[in-house]
Amino acid sequence: MVKFNKFKLDNGLRVIVHEDNTTPMAVLNILYDVGARDEDPEQTGFAHLFEHLMFGGSVNIPHYDGPLQRVGGENNAFTSNDITNYYITLPSTNVETAFWLESDRMLSLAFSEKSLEVQRNVVIEEFKQRYLNQPYGDVWLKLRPMVYKSHPYRWATIGKTIKHIEDAKIEDVKAFFKKHYNPQNAIMVIGGDVKTEEVKRLAEKWFGPIPAGEKYNRDLPQEAPQHEERREIVTAKVPLNDVYIAFQMEGRMDKSYHTIELMSDILSRGNSSRLYKSLVKDKQLFSEVHAYITGSMDKGMFVLEGKPLEGISIEQAEESLWQELEKIKTEEVPADELTKVKNKTESTLVFSEMSLLDKAMNLANYELMGDADEFNHETEKFLAVTSAQIKEQANKLFRKENSSTLIYLAEGVEEPKAVVTE
Amino acid sequence: MSILDRKLAPGFNGVDNINLIRPQQTKLANGCNIFSFNSGDQDLVRIEWVFGNLRFNPKKPLLNVAVNTMLTEGTSKLNAAQIADKIDFYGAFLQVDYGYDNSQVILYTLTKYLKTTLDVVKDVITDSVFPEKELETYVRNQQQKLQVSMRKNDFVARRIFNKALYGETIYGLGAEPEDFKSLTREDMLAHFKQMYQPSNCTIIIAGRADPEILGAVNQTFEGAWGDITLPADISQPDLEPSEERFFYSEKADALQSAIRIGTPFVTRTHPDFPALQVLNTVLGGYFGSRLMANIREDKGYTYGIGSGMTSFKQTGAFFIASEVGADVCKLAVVEIEKEINILKENLIDEKELSLVKNYMLGALLGSLENVFSHADKFKNLYFANLDYDYYDRYTQTIKTITAPELQVLANKYWDFADFYKVIVGKY
Repeated sequence: MVKFNKFKLDNGLRVIVHEDNTTPMAVLNILYDVGARDEDPEQTGFAHLFEHLMFGGSVNIPHYDGPLQRVGGENNAFTSNDITNYYITLPSTNVETAFWLESDRMLSLAFSEKSLEVQRNVVIEEFKQRYLNQPYGDVWLKLRPMVYKSHPYRWATIGKTIKHIEDAKIEDVKAFFKKHYNPQNAIMVIGGDVKTEEVKRLAEKWFGPIPAGEKYNRDLPQEAPQHEERREIVTAKVPLNDVYIAFQMEGRMDKSYHTIELMSDILSRGNSSRLYKSLVKDKQLFSEVHAYITGSMDKGMFVLEGKPLEGISIEQAEESLWQELEKIKTEEVPADELTKVKNKTESTLVFSEMSLLDKAMNLANYELMGDADEFNHETEKFLAVTSAQIKEQANKLFRKENSSTLIYLAEGVEEPKAVVTE
Repeated sequence: MSILDRKLAPGFNGVDNINLIRPQQTKLANGCNIFSFNSGDQDLVRIEWVFGNLRFNPKKPLLNVAVNTMLTEGTSKLNAAQIADKIDFYGAFLQVDYGYDNSQVILYTLTKYLKTTLDVVKDVITDSVFPEKELETYVRNQQQKLQVSMRKNDFVARRIFNKALYGETIYGLGAEPEDFKSLTREDMLAHFKQMYQPSNCTIIIAGRADPEILGAVNQTFEGAWGDITLPADISQPDLEPSEERFFYSEKADALQSAIRIGTPFVTRTHPDFPALQVLNTVLGGYFGSRLMANIREDKGYTYGIGSGMTSFKQTGAFFIASEVGADVCKLAVVEIEKEINILKENLIDEKELSLVKNYMLGALLGSLENVFSHADKFKNLYFANLDYDYYDRYTQTIKTITAPELQVLANKYWDFADFYKVIVGKY
């Protein structure tokens, strides 16, 4: 049970306070309700590039990191297809520094050309490091456009192509800031060794004077139901073949979400899961196999992924995955097995309360979905899932005409050259 | 009401007291040491069983890691599937974790299920049998995973670097596919018996470690278990650093090159270690470091660059690591050398030094997030044969070290010409 207090400033900023006096630290987490899904199809990767620019100095504070490090704090941020999240941890006695820094960059950025120039390069290197220069690193660049034809989830957070990042202009940066970075589109969580009254005072002091800005009304093209099997085969410089099968599923707020998450646990969570036991251990067809969901706000993906062992054909590998899916479609999950994944989910939620930052991020996320208190009711929702519901969802999802299959075939590449010394 | 001056930073306080929770200690008659940290609001517990690795045998290099990894693959009572079922059913997590010096078994569980899950751990630690079929699966899957890792430039650079610094030792080991083939069930059983015995075992409990929980652990692990006929030999052969300093593994189609540059270094037990951590932080140990400021934030050559210090029982290392655009790799190496030399030739500016000091103290405070972190700090000390006064010295050094002292250390410990340099990609 994570207790919290909640209030809203006149400019629309939602503030949540979680008092936890077991730590000498404080966390300030700000979630901006903007992600890669809000980008122009011709300017993808922008939300993430923008996240980098948020560290390039704000209107009154030339350097963001230095003043925070000086008071013993650390910070980071991430961008997803749905949200952009910034967080600071610092000794609680210095929490006002976090208010000062975060409020100034919500007020306005410095918008420096040099910062844009450098961060474009940094993000291009990130693009290479994570997506292009790794075996299978480009999987999301290929799989997303197969699953999504109209929704902006069809591109990855990093962007469709490096070119979009190269082309980013300072005017675009300013317009993006104006549209998305204002109090109405943000949720702030302060947690740790803090008192609600003091947080209220500091929030009013630093964030209160920021103009409300315009409310962004999201109106995205929703993805139509899929009616045909999709399939792509790529030959790549990868060492092993790899099979991905993605299915469309409903979004995070749909009532089917908890059922589907438990279904992915039954298939793939831990060494007692079905895919591992059957396909890695018993039948010995794969070296590794996984099932997971993206948990997206809008229509999401249920993904199966496996690397077949050498000598196992792609057909055989796919067939064996489908056999497991058929099983969960036709036979109800036994009570013990369902209890098992419920127990695991319950204990995971208890363990997640060990981390202050996790709690703060969770509160922000649930508030975004409508109500931070829903975080405290997650367990009940998982416990209420029945075997019949899992079977129903399995039948809804696991159909060929709802599937997108991406196959990596390992290209016969030259052996790496021997190490030479000079 | 006064007008808000947003250009003026709020006042701040330094970090004065770092309060580390110290453990309760019990020693069982069989030689097993138990340390417990009782704290936290949640009804959960983390228990670690730590065993010193056996002396490295270059002819059978994978025994330590393979035995540890396969502990959950079957005992004479339970097969791998049954072990997984039991642990998962109770919502617990059972992990094995191999390190250069020690191998561990880690259990995370809600306290209400402790007794059942403890029995499984006892079985795993005292009666693993390494079934032939599971060994075959392990070997096959590890070989496949290795093939994927070998396509990652940073992984390859790390292997070449470790081999260069440490040679054919447990620290320098880079497994080849054929090494996995040489694993036999008999060797693993013998290794298991010699290593996993009470006198080579340290148990660390953190969380709701109340008397009832401690009683359950004591009861389960007291008395005779394991094979105590042969003592665990946890000594290690001498390191064999390479004469060569430069290693280049060319990858024709690389978009980025992995760089790893560094040298064998003093360990945590050395009096200079805390001060060197300050020096390392200035160079590349945090987001505002000189390497990041220059090579990422000014030049844009990389997504990330950092330096670090590792400390093991027998050796340590100082290293700089990055993945940089293939076309700017040479330039990046030049900048790394430049930054090292600037710290040797010039004093660190007072403002920068005080920032780093505050940052490090804040980071230390922040690293004590929960009771698990307090146990982790203890492990850093205990397995290096250090006492809690280490952290007093550490915080004292951070507070008092001066720029001239750091410059002396930079000259004493850093010689770029003598550093090992590994490039994987294009150069």
